[in-house]
Amino acid sequence: MDYTFQFGELLPYSDLIARGVLSTVILAIVTTVLGCLLGTLGAAARAGKQTFLSRAVGVYVELIRNTPFIVQLFFIFFGLPTIGIKLTAGEAGLLAMVINLAAYSTEIIRAGIESIPKGQLEAARTLGLSRTQTFTRVVLPPALEKIYPALTSQCIIVMLGSAVLSQISVEELTFAANFIQSRNFLSFEVYMVITVIYLLLAILMRQGFKLIHYFMFPNLRARS
Amino acid sequence: MSLVSINNVHKYYGSNHVLKGINLEIGAGEVVSIIGRSGSGKSTLLRCINGLEAYSEGGVVVDQMEVVYDDRQIRKLSKSVGMVFQSFNLFPHLTVGQNIMLAPKLVRKLPESEAKVIAQEVLAKVGLAEKIDSYPAELSGGQQQRVAIARSLAMNPKVLLCDEITSALDPELVGEVLKVLEDLAAEGMTLILVTHEMNFARDVGDRVIFMHQGLVWEEGDSKTVLANPQTPELSKFINAVL
Ligand SMILES: Nc1ncnc2c1ncn2[C@@H]1O[C@H](COP(=O)(O)OP(=O)(O)O)[C@@H](O)[C@H]1O
Ligand SMILES: [Mg+2]
Repeated sequence: MDYTFQFGELLPYSDLIARGVLSTVILAIVTTVLGCLLGTLGAAARAGKQTFLSRAVGVYVELIRNTPFIVQLFFIFFGLPTIGIKLTAGEAGLLAMVINLAAYSTEIIRAGIESIPKGQLEAARTLGLSRTQTFTRVVLPPALEKIYPALTSQCIIVMLGSAVLSQISVEELTFAANFIQSRNFLSFEVYMVITVIYLLLAILMRQGFKLIHYFMFPNLRARS
Repeated sequence: MSLVSINNVHKYYGSNHVLKGINLEIGAGEVVSIIGRSGSGKSTLLRCINGLEAYSEGGVVVDQMEVVYDDRQIRKLSKSVGMVFQSFNLFPHLTVGQNIMLAPKLVRKLPESEAKVIAQEVLAKVGLAEKIDSYPAELSGGQQQRVAIARSLAMNPKVLLCDEITSALDPELVGEVLKVLEDLAAEGMTLILVTHEMNFARDVGDRVIFMHQGLVWEEGDSKTVLANPQTPELSKFINAVL
């Protein structure tokens, strides 16, 4: 092998890469916040009594979990304009990510809710707490605590999945890489660099989740 | 005028006839022990008194409130009826103090400062004032159960229901919980307890109710009933537990 690596050739594109990183980070943060919020609401609906709403949420969850993300994305970006819903690539990408994470987090959080012993609910009921108070104060915090690792992983998976958004020209990290590669043909160097960046982003995100965990669950600190 | 009035209460779980017409009048300040074999309907009866379970027929009146299986009514009832469970059911993510202050703040709508004073009072009553900032997992079973009692007391109930609250405890921890109940009884708290602690039922309790097959099989003054059982079923039960 007599190939000389030319990482230096990427320097002129550092701005482009930085902008890509920023887009990916913003997509990840907004998606994580909205996806987990919606997932909590979805899980609340799923865990409650069988209603039209809980069944509708069930159908949505199954639909998203059993179809490819890229198809969901294409449907939103290329399909919806047919019925008059036109979104920019960025909007469509963000919407697809949120919809995707919300479905998975609904199932994850629901599992947490269902793991809470019935006695906790009875104690809350006996103390006179309303259903909403019981859910937000008694059920949800330990439920989130239980499924926190699974939720963290899912959020990271969806962040990494944002690479697919390059297919509809959202100018995130992978899009930047594709662009640079098409100019200088340094495929190895470019994809090597963004691989490392994705890895760092994932590690950073995991650390961020750990930090939030530290403040959200002070009871676990006390025990250890 | 009774504090708790149970009128011909029936309860079915599907076709399983669990309570077969229970009649009981319990006055303020009484300490009533419900005893009987497993499956005789003791827990179900207790849970019909505070609306955790819907009864199928009859009526229950507590503190002049009809007990109906309805969210709003149960919230009203929670200010008159407290309940302590075999499995403590403390909220693991909250400190002892937060566990106790939760309902006073959310249900009685007291400000934090007043709720805190109440928490300190009830904790002192169960001898755990210094544990206010501990988490349940840091306490022994006996301590957790005493916190659970304190949490109920913070709602200032007129009657406290206890469902086998010492059954999940190691034997050496039972005494400290019974001691708390004894203090409450001495202060005039109305207690209805499902229990297997016969000595406690005899020495602290005023009245014993022996349930068998969904019926009040025998009842009366605790010392008399336990010393002179009138039915072979109660004799057999007493011999089995002593
Ligand atoms: N949630 C329930 N669903 C169906 N059957 C129940 C339920 N709870 C109790 N039972 C039945 O009711 C009967 C009385 O139970 P319980 O009141 O718990 O008795 P005890 O407390 O005296 O042991 C038992 O036969 C039990 O199987
Ligand atoms: Mg029982």
